Amino acid sequence: MNYRRSYFIITCIAFGFAFLYIPILSMVVFSFNASKLVTVWDSANSPTLKWYYSLLHNEEILDAAWISLKVAVINASGAVILGTLAGFGLARFTQFRGRFTLNAMTTAPLVMPEVITGLSLLLLFVAMEQVIGWPAGRGLTTMTIGHMTFSMAYVTVVVQSRLASFDIALEEAAMDLGARPVKVFFVITLPIIFPAILSGWLLAFTLSWDDLVISSFTSGPGSSTLPMVVFSKVRLGVSPEINVLATITITVVTLMIVAVSLWMARASRLEQVQ
Amino acid sequence: MANSAPAVKAAPWNDPATRPYVEIERVTKSFGDFKAVDDVSLKIYKGEIFCLLGASGCGKTTLLRMLGGFETPSSGRIFIDGEDMTGVPPYERPVNMMFQSYALFPHMSVEQNVAFGLKQDGVPKAEIADRVATMLELVKLGGLGKRKPHQLSGGQKQRVALARSLVKRPKLLLLDEPLGALDKKLREHTQFELVSLQDKLGVTFIVVTHDQEEAMTLASRIGVMNHGEIVQAGTPSEIYEFPGSKFVADFVGSVNIFEGKLIEDEPEHIRIASDELGATIYVSHGISAPPEATVWAAIRPEKVFMSTAQPEGVDNVVRGAVQDIAYLGDLSIYLVVLPTGKVVRVTQPNTSRHAEAITWDQQVYLSWDSTSPVVVTR
Amino acid sequence: MKRTQSLQRFGITGRGLVVALPYVWLLLFFVVPFVIVLKISFSDIDLAIPPYKALIEWTAKNALAIKINFNNYAFLFTDSLYLNALVNSIKVAFISTLMCLAIGYPMAYGIARSTPSTRNMLLLLVILPFWTSLLLRVYAWIGLLKANGVINNVLISLGLIHEPLTMLYTPFAMYVGIVYSYLPFMILPLYANLEKMDWQLLEAAEDLGCRPYQAFYKITLPLSRNGILAGSMLVFIPAVGEFVIPALLGGPNALMIGRVLWDEFFSNRAWPVASAVAILLLIILVPFMMWYQSVQARESAGAR
Repeated sequence: MNYRRSYFIITCIAFGFAFLYIPILSMVVFSFNASKLVTVWDSANSPTLKWYYSLLHNEEILDAAWISLKVAVINASGAVILGTLAGFGLARFTQFRGRFTLNAMTTAPLVMPEVITGLSLLLLFVAMEQVIGWPAGRGLTTMTIGHMTFSMAYVTVVVQSRLASFDIALEEAAMDLGARPVKVFFVITLPIIFPAILSGWLLAFTLSWDDLVISSFTSGPGSSTLPMVVFSKVRLGVSPEINVLATITITVVTLMIVAVSLWMARASRLEQVQ
Repeated sequence: MANSAPAVKAAPWNDPATRPYVEIERVTKSFGDFKAVDDVSLKIYKGEIFCLLGASGCGKTTLLRMLGGFETPSSGRIFIDGEDMTGVPPYERPVNMMFQSYALFPHMSVEQNVAFGLKQDGVPKAEIADRVATMLELVKLGGLGKRKPHQLSGGQKQRVALARSLVKRPKLLLLDEPLGALDKKLREHTQFELVSLQDKLGVTFIVVTHDQEEAMTLASRIGVMNHGEIVQAGTPSEIYEFPGSKFVADFVGSVNIFEGKLIEDEPEHIRIASDELGATIYVSHGISAPPEATVWAAIRPEKVFMSTAQPEGVDNVVRGAVQDIAYLGDLSIYLVVLPTGKVVRVTQPNTSRHAEAITWDQQVYLSWDSTSPVVVTR
Repeated sequence: MKRTQSLQRFGITGRGLVVALPYVWLLLFFVVPFVIVLKISFSDIDLAIPPYKALIEWTAKNALAIKINFNNYAFLFTDSLYLNALVNSIKVAFISTLMCLAIGYPMAYGIARSTPSTRNMLLLLVILPFWTSLLLRVYAWIGLLKANGVINNVLISLGLIHEPLTMLYTPFAMYVGIVYSYLPFMILPLYANLEKMDWQLLEAAEDLGCRPYQAFYKITLPLSRNGILAGSMLVFIPAVGEFVIPALLGGPNALMIGRVLWDEFFSNRAWPVASAVAILLLIILVPFMMWYQSVQARESAGAR
């Protein structure tokens, strides 16, 4: 293949990435700024870690982070189970009753505006409470259910596309050698597509962790998630603690992505090349 | 090269008393309106290497997959060792398959791959270890047991796939284009290894291939397929020397086909008037066909003699000019154009290093023995 | 004969069980809610919890009375606020999509054409912001665009301007925010499509006398059509209903339907009206969603 260097393309890429990263880098830089105004650099007292101490002792934020963590973990685990089942069904079973509906239901959440999904979920919970008495008020349960509903759509896409490139002969060979279909799934398919499932888990976790709109609609008193707290602070303007939060988030995400991609590169060498 | 002697001693297909090991009874497989396999009936005997030969899309792979249980026939039945196996899933059949892509489990070692089938059957651990080790020795992979598939070469992967499918001692082994991914030299070498392995183990093989050379080398019998049907089934020499149709004659090996009209039809000889040839063909055996029927005479290139001097006392002679020569080392292929415009393909072994070379545009005489042509009516 | 990618030996019950769980879940928590939204959009506002009147009631004569109320929809169409917000949202989403395409296509193209090792790194760099919280990234722009923000400070210190530019709480800020947040959603499907392209087609075209830009226009562009459509849908559809960005960057005058819905719901407690707005928005977006699905189906059919 001829890798021709086009200066136009290179310039575009450079500008594009600069556009993507300058805001992020500016947040990181100003997290070390002593001034409360955040963007006005206080060279006398900066760089400083004082906002880092402040954040890590901020009760409101820490409580919210804990709630976000709980919801995100449960959501990711549930979404992975539902999404893997759906993804497997859509990838392997070419015909079954309700296939069209299932396909539509797993692609719609990907594009639907969150305000609509959030609103509809809240109205559902209210109606359910009226009719059968559960859920009693909104809180962690309703939030988790809401998150799982849209997270599983993403997991389905990830699993489905992984299975599409999976050599079905591997499953057939296992059956040929005497393994029943369920065994084949757990002993052959699952271990091989595991990196995709893991990335689906991480994707669901991140979506839940960062979610604002659906959380706002489906939460109740005392169940504020981290994004909800951040949003209420940020509506009033800039805040140095938020910069610190951003820096911590970015660092963690970067480390995780690098780790996962290294592992996936190793894992992809395992599968046969035709 | 001569065909290696198959595992089966006498020709059981000629003995009506022998029970077929695999019986395919009027099997059809349709995908919507398309008939991939059309009313196929076949008897395969124990210890045979039976090759399904055909171009892509002819239905051979579908037929193989039905034998393996991966597709269910739309109609018809399949018997293996006397039992009706139609509709039985692959994990309940005494049949194993070697896949075209080998399908080695990438997350398991060579040993674990080979042991997989035995584990599913609940064979005790010690016995598994023993049988796996023996099988790996047999396919000449001893010592590579701990490696993972991505650490093996193409030929090694193929042998692991073979070991894995044979270790369960199946009644029937199905092979889907087993040698397709190997390069020429390795392919030839593996062909003979396969036959000797089959002979040692006595397993019945059914091989699917589009490579007729492969079929001729491996098979005790070949079934030529076209458009979902078995067009002809027989031993390699039967298929080659006595093709039943133009299609088979043309598909297996190269052939010259002359179309003509039957003008003389006697029990011990016939004459065909061929405009393509520009002469009559005298064939010294009888065929059954209506008078004045259109028939085709098929003559193999190696059975056509080419000479610069007119041959004496031969029934079939024509003249032509050499149009093209391909020198292949052990033999040469000549394309000779006749006055009628028809091009005849002639092969001659290069028996002498300093032979009088026939060159382009040279006028030559082509002749053949009256027993050489095979006359087909379709 | 193409081998069907289905395990026909799976058995009916097994198959049914596998898809039953996600199917029922989505039916209950995704589809049923929309039915309820529809129902509530037809009901009256009530000063109660929940703030809407019941649609189906038992009357004194033990008969069912269904009160369908089109007031809410009538209200939407008479009060210009909603229609303006809707039209504005579509306009903003459309322009943002075009801008994402203008920036994202060269980037996706460049990544797809680079060497495998560079490509992986570039892809990682594209994906990284996507995994970072949207809220935080939009917040970053507040810091950049405000009166004493980074951009103004830099420009003033360089002497290029003397008064800070008003960038925050303007439509400009909103566009920047939307394009910034949705750019990865444009790049990734485009890249996925371009990556599968056979670059030898371009070489063949040039060999036959085509100039590079012609080859791009006649070959690359048409072949990447599915990627363009997929990326555009992934940006346009959610952008129409976007709430966070208008709320943080757009200022009080940013009239986006997502924000209207939120305010209607939380501030005014007008649930029936909010539901009607949601239904209206859905009706407008569903054709685009179906288009997206058909593009995806075509793409995966082509891949087989």
